Formats: sequence, C-alpha cells, structure tokens
Amino acid sequence: MSDTPIIELRDVQKSFGTLKVLDGVSFAVARGQVAVLIGRSGSGKSTALRCIDRLERIDAGEITVCGHRLADPKLELRALRQDVGIVFQSYNLFPHLTVEQNVTLAPMAVKRVPRAEARATARDVLARVGLADKAAAYPEQLSGGQQQRAAIARSLAMQPKVMLFDEVTSALDPELTAEVLRVLEQLAASGMTMVLVTHEMGFARRIADLLVFMHGGKVREMGPAGILSDPQTIELRQFVSHELAHAGQ
Amino acid sequence: MSFDFSSVFDQWPLFLHGALLTLELSVVATVAGFVIGTACALALRAGGVLGGICQVYVEAIRNTPLLVQIFLMYFGLASLGFHLSAFVVASLSLTVNVGAYTAEIMRAGLEATPAGQIEAGECLGLSHVQIYRHVLLLPAMERVYPSLASQFVLLMLASSVTSQISAEELTAAANYVQSATFRPFETFILLAALYVALSLVMRLGFAALAFVLFPRRRRLRMATA
Repeated sequence: MSDTPIIELRDVQKSFGTLKVLDGVSFAVARGQVAVLIGRSGSGKSTALRCIDRLERIDAGEITVCGHRLADPKLELRALRQDVGIVFQSYNLFPHLTVEQNVTLAPMAVKRVPRAEARATARDVLARVGLADKAAAYPEQLSGGQQQRAAIARSLAMQPKVMLFDEVTSALDPELTAEVLRVLEQLAASGMTMVLVTHEMGFARRIADLLVFMHGGKVREMGPAGILSDPQTIELRQFVSHELAHAGQ
Repeated sequence: MSFDFSSVFDQWPLFLHGALLTLELSVVATVAGFVIGTACALALRAGGVLGGICQVYVEAIRNTPLLVQIFLMYFGLASLGFHLSAFVVASLSLTVNVGAYTAEIMRAGLEATPAGQIEAGECLGLSHVQIYRHVLLLPAMERVYPSLASQFVLLMLASSVTSQISAEELTAAANYVQSATFRPFETFILLAALYVALSLVMRLGFAALAFVLFPRRRRLRMATA
C-alpha cells in the first residue's frame, strides 16, 4: 500500500438547491484499499460516491482521483472516466447489445482496442464474474444478479484503477445479493481499489479496510471495520443497533 | 351496371410505370426524410437556436395540409426562378413533409431513453458522439420502429395527391386511364388494389430491415417461439 492516497476528498461541500447534502466531507483511500460508506438513506453517501466520478459537481473543497484534480477547469473528464469504473444499483446495461457487446463496446470505442483483443478481454472478465456462458445473451434474458455481474464485467474490461459501487445489491433478493457480493470480495482480494456504498452490514464488516460512517452530510466516524463494535457517537450506535435489529428479523 | 375490366387491364404498362414511380418517390422521401427527421430530433433534444428552428419547421409542416405544402413548393419555387420537374417537386415536398413527422417520432424515441443509460455511457468514457451512436440512436429507433414504418407507408399513400401537380405517379396514371377508357369505377378499384399491394411491399421491406437492424428482436422472438 503506497502512502499517497489514490482517492482523496477534502472538505467537500455540495448542495442540491437549499439542501446541503455534503457538509465538509473528507476521507482518503490508499491504493488497494476497500472503503465502505455507510449511513442512513439521505446521509449523503451516494452523492459522495458520485462526486468521485464527477457525476456531481462539488460546490467547494477538493477531490483528487488517480492524479486528476476534479476542480481543475482543464480536467479531462474522459481520462478520469477511464481510470474510474462505476457500477450502479440499476445495472444500466445497454439493452440492445448482448452481454459480450456491452463489455467490448467501451474498450473498442474509447481505447481503440481491436475487436479480437476486446473479445478476449470480455471472455476473461466474464469468467471472473461467473458469466462465461452468458456472453451471447441479451440483458433481459438474465436475472438481476447476473445483470449486475455483467455490469461489473463491463466496468472491469476498461481496466480501471479504481472501482465505485453504488448500492449494487439494493435491488436484489438475498440469494442474488450473495452471488454479487462474492464477486466483489474476489475483486477486493485481487487488489482492486474500491469504494462502496452498501446497506449490507455483515459484508461491509468483512470487506472494509476503511469504514466511513456518514450522517447528515458529514463524516461522523471513520476507521477500520472495528469501529462498528465500539461506536463513539450516538448516531453510529443508533445506526448499528438499528441495522442489527433489522438483520435479526 | 356491368363491370368490364378488360379495357382497363389493357393499360397495364401505364399502371406499372405509375406504381414504380410512386415507389421511387416513396423510397426517396423515406430515406431523405428519415435523415432530416433524425437530425431534427437530435437538434430538438439539444435545444438552442438550431432546435428552435427545427421546432418551427416541425410545427409548420404538421399543422398545414400536404397539398398546400406541395402547391407552395411547386408555385413558390417557380416564382423564385427554380423550374423543377413535377417529380422533383413531389420528392422534395414529400421529404420535407415526412421529415417533420419523423422528427417528432424520433424525438419521442430518444426521450424514452433512461437517463441511467446515458450516464453509464459517460462513465465508460464514451464521447457525446459515441453515446449518440451506440447508446441513443439505435435503441430509440427500435422503440419507435412501428410508428416510423406506418408513417412511411402513410407517406406512400399520401403521395397520391402529388398527381395534382401532374407528377406522373400511380394516381395520375389512373386518372389518365379512366379518361381514356371511360371506366372510372374499374380503374379506381384497380388503383386501390395496387396501393394495397404497394403497402404490402413496403411493410415487407420494413420487416426485412428490422430483421437486419435489430438482432435482439430476432433472437428473443426465436427464443420464445
């Protein structure tokens, strides 16, 4: 793990109209680290994640990702997007393309990779997410879990330096959630730098090198997964006990 | 009253000639109108001055009769010193007409693209042009394809009014035949049958095109068949 962080947010401020969603958010992720953002709905964690890929512009503060300074007016947005992969809750696969075409589109169009090479990469990443046999299928022929894994493969094919996951299992039932989480754990074990937003607390505890607990647009607690066992703030204590009660149902 | 088709059938070379010209007129207007309409739909979506101009064009065409548009172009261009053949004016006015309707149909198709699709394209590093090409246009076209196809068939049927500026298409041919044979009813029954045949030809053509353009439809239909 190198010392200089690959992702760094410093005092990030962001409002939607009069609603302040990020109020001085700072954290840093080192190369190869897995950071998990947790907190209630509306705490700002998804917005923070989207800011890292410049899907949202910030009002103040500073974000640096893979050497790109996001506030820089000369920011090469497409270069940033090549270094950062993002997977969404709603998969967003291209419905008119097969799984393989979904995966090969960006490498061929953006990186000008020859078709044969792009297809070889597609086979490789599809095998990594357990979809080697679904290359020729169309998204609507897949289950939600398979679609989400295909979306992960599509991102991986661009060989990003960092991957962001925005509540990628929230639309899935427990069984399908488990198969997606297995893929994420393998990815983390392979050394990928990852930032995740999730409500799966058991998973967060297992996978996180860094847990970031957000509440009301602020980072209230931050540290290794152990902070869940010994919350220092009343908000995290309430959040943890609420999540435990939920899991116990 | 007795039917006698024989004298009308004797004029089959005229009918064939007219039918071919109608088909030619329709293909030209369909292709050119599709290009213009799609470009307008993109401009409408982007807004700005160009989008405003396209909006005016679309509304002007959709709120005036086709025959008036044809007269305006035929006599208007002539008074400006452009003496074009009736067939060229017919092609132009049908193109302009169907272009406006295509713009409106394609705009609806583009607008129905989920925002997440475009965002996913951006996040993969695709440029604007690449997003239009790979993410927006083809799925939009697939979505509205049945409306597009029937609009183009409608255009072919509507091309019959270009006989008013004596473009030598199918209806004009029939007019000539009925005045030569004094068998108007038989002539127009045959004319109607020929339009039905042309419609079927066009619909078959569009089905074949869909087969090539939208492999997903083909595949999923086969999977469920």
